[in-house]
Amino acid sequence: MTRRIFAVVLVALLAGCASTGGNSRDPLEPMNRAVFRFNDFFDENLYKPVAKGYVAVVPSPIRTGIHNVLANIDDLVICLNNVLQGKVPEAASDFMRFVINSTFGLGGLIDVASEARLEKHNEDFGQTLGWWGVPSGPYVVIPFWGPSNFRDGPALIVTYKTYPLTPAAKEAYPGHWVATLNGVRTVSLIDVRANLLQTTNLLDDAALDRYRFVRDAYTQRRRNLVYDGQPPLEPEDEVDDQTSTDVEKK
Amino acid sequence: MNAFKCLRTVMAATLLAGLCLSTAARADDQSAVDAPDAIVQKVSGEVLTLLRNDKDLQAGNTQKLHDLIETKILPQFDFNRMTALAVGVDWRKASAEQKKQLVEQFRTLLVRTYSSGLSSYRDQVLEFKPLRSKPTDTDVLVRSEIKQPGTQPISIDYRMGKSDAGWRIYDVIIGGVSLVTTYRDTFVQEVRQNGIDGLVKMLSDKNRTLEQAARK
Repeated sequence: MTRRIFAVVLVALLAGCASTGGNSRDPLEPMNRAVFRFNDFFDENLYKPVAKGYVAVVPSPIRTGIHNVLANIDDLVICLNNVLQGKVPEAASDFMRFVINSTFGLGGLIDVASEARLEKHNEDFGQTLGWWGVPSGPYVVIPFWGPSNFRDGPALIVTYKTYPLTPAAKEAYPGHWVATLNGVRTVSLIDVRANLLQTTNLLDDAALDRYRFVRDAYTQRRRNLVYDGQPPLEPEDEVDDQTSTDVEKK
Repeated sequence: MNAFKCLRTVMAATLLAGLCLSTAARADDQSAVDAPDAIVQKVSGEVLTLLRNDKDLQAGNTQKLHDLIETKILPQFDFNRMTALAVGVDWRKASAEQKKQLVEQFRTLLVRTYSSGLSSYRDQVLEFKPLRSKPTDTDVLVRSEIKQPGTQPISIDYRMGKSDAGWRIYDVIIGGVSLVTTYRDTFVQEVRQNGIDGLVKMLSDKNRTLEQAARK
């Protein structure tokens, strides 16, 4: 079964390579578009309705609590990635956040660290690879997941394998820790989607071509995150300035 | 007599000094209002106060929101330059009439998107960063951040250019995502496939769909 899926993916990849034209940073566009459509279908029929139901049924304070507990575990992941990128003060701050929220914040239910002006950071293994100089590679849309690229996609596996809750779950529920972790991950996915409900409405309004809009926004966003908000100018940006002066001359 | 003369001199001097001070202060005010970061800061301050306090706006009164955007926000934007940048090199191929239509349609789309974005604004804190620029600069980046507890702050940067009309915004970059850049690839592809008229049609079709959806 796995081999068959692999074969299908391989054929799709080759078909993508064979296509010409379009965006140079998106050689897999035909395949990506197909997956994008599939993800949209999945989102429209399952993911989004579940998230809407979650917002309708679960009261807001409880949703915030759930979000905070998950975000608290995530701070350890962020801390680890800051360590890997040699950002020591940030890593120390992330660890402090985890300690404070786990104790005074009642196991992460309340984000007291933010009140104490310890800012939350945004790091993951894909960004760490980027910081180390690994190029993002071509854009790719992952089934059931969404926008990614040849660097951030595989990095997800590392993030998945190093999830800090795994040892704790093994200890606490030796018999069914896998089920426990999957449960946590499901809730986490619903939490993410619930927080994006308004954004996706905005996206529908703004985008002329949703596929390209999402791709180009994602690519810029990831680049910005890798450089922590200070990305160097791209060669393309210089060209822009020339265009704009041309326009003004006219 | 001498004392009287002295007093008069002091009074005159005080008056003069006072006058100088007040003109200096006024000149200062003037430059503060004209500075690019001050413009953005002032306008967003006004808009956010309105959003926070106006019950109609919070309830989603679209007409009122539209008026707010039209009078306060739009005059700060240079839609010509924005559209030209998004279209890229093909802008030069467009006729004056096509340019006019492109700017008009793109502007309509942005206003609509912006208004639905604004109405979801709640109680986030907006902070401006010090502007790093020389007085001779004609192109600056005004940087600000939206702070929300529990998430990394989201940066909102404005690219501004100096023209005869003063400083005006020609790109907004949210969390590193440039509005102009995000539209560019779609624009370029459409022009390559269906020409400038194709792009005008694409934009006006989109606006018509949005308008119909809003009416329902």
